[in-house]
Amino acid sequence: MSKIYNLKREVEKPVRLTGGHRLCAGCGAGVVVSGVLRALDKEDRAVVVNATSCLEVSTFMYPYTAYMDSYIHSAFENSAATCSGVEAAYNALKRRGKVDGAVKFITFAGDGGTYDIGFQSLSGAMERGHDMVYVCYDNEAYMNTGIQRSSSTPRFAGTTTTPIGSVGQGKKQNKKDLTEILVAHNIPYVAQTAPIGNFKDLHTKAYNAIYTEGPCFLNVLSPCPRGWDYPMAKLAEITKLAVDTCVWPLFEVEEGVWHLSYTPKKKLPVEDFLRPQGRFRHMFQKGNEWMIKEAQQYVDQKWERLLEHTSA
Amino acid sequence: MIYAKDINERTPWQDLTPGGEIYEPGTARDFDTGTWRTNTPIFHVEACKHCMLCVPFCPDSAIPVKDGKRLDFDYMHCKGCGICEDVCPFPAITMVTGGVAK
Repeated sequence: MSKIYNLKREVEKPVRLTGGHRLCAGCGAGVVVSGVLRALDKEDRAVVVNATSCLEVSTFMYPYTAYMDSYIHSAFENSAATCSGVEAAYNALKRRGKVDGAVKFITFAGDGGTYDIGFQSLSGAMERGHDMVYVCYDNEAYMNTGIQRSSSTPRFAGTTTTPIGSVGQGKKQNKKDLTEILVAHNIPYVAQTAPIGNFKDLHTKAYNAIYTEGPCFLNVLSPCPRGWDYPMAKLAEITKLAVDTCVWPLFEVEEGVWHLSYTPKKKLPVEDFLRPQGRFRHMFQKGNEWMIKEAQQYVDQKWERLLEHTSA
Repeated sequence: MIYAKDINERTPWQDLTPGGEIYEPGTARDFDTGTWRTNTPIFHVEACKHCMLCVPFCPDSAIPVKDGKRLDFDYMHCKGCGICEDVCPFPAITMVTGGVAK
């Protein structure tokens, strides 16, 4: 990739995630994965490692693979360990002159496979310093098994294990800040991004992560029309609102130095992001105004902290 | 070796690839997900400025691009989600009811 991003040139590349996979119509994961893989240089090969997830069960159903590159899945909790093993094997073969050419190692996992179940293997792989990229496509719940809450589910969101009713009012806890936990691993590159606009942000961050030596981490917001309960055509709109309300700020941390990638022209109230989604519907009922207030306070507090990091 | 296109529910297990491995890339292309559509996007080439904003937003890689031009939809894989119509800044994509392009 030359220094200047050009959408027209990038979309002309052959696709690396083909059609015919079984993700739901309008699924954010398909958009995120093809967006990340598009950042690979045309001549480079990749090994795609996948944790158990919606993505895994729909893009790799025997005898159909949606990938143009090598692909491996072994279990839910060990995608990062699998990827680091593949990378180590490749290096060993390379030393003996048995393989050549550039091969990149990319892991995709959902938030369940990253924030919760795969967390230990992710932390270990990052600490050991393998030359790999770990991409979390964050749809904020276990969508594959029927929308159960994960530690990535935001507070107040309704899921099938945090249902809305007379007893419960959605998830009680706040979302875990995984990106910040990965920053604390002191790895060369950590970024948070989302599919918005002309994909410049997602593309350049994916490119940086893939072509920076050492372990890199990307956290990508990936709206789920089923789990978030919004009309499937509104993917771009929902993602943009997440970014403009600062619910999902875009930033990167290169060698410990924080950069803010995007400042909204006008920081929108968090309600604008919550209102179109069925999982937050109860927050707009009479008597629940405090929920929106607290959600706003939390977002503001996180945003202020991010600004402190990035302006230092 | 047996190819993905020749494997179906009547293929005996002895004929399958060892370990359930897949030796060809992108075999999902053989699978028709176009039948899932309840709404269908229609491409109006005369209104298209080939800005390509719709292309990366397609979850099904169903918008082919060739020589700087956006081509008509790949209806075998398009699931009719309508994201493309939503992100198109021009009147170049409209959704019609039903699974068939009219």
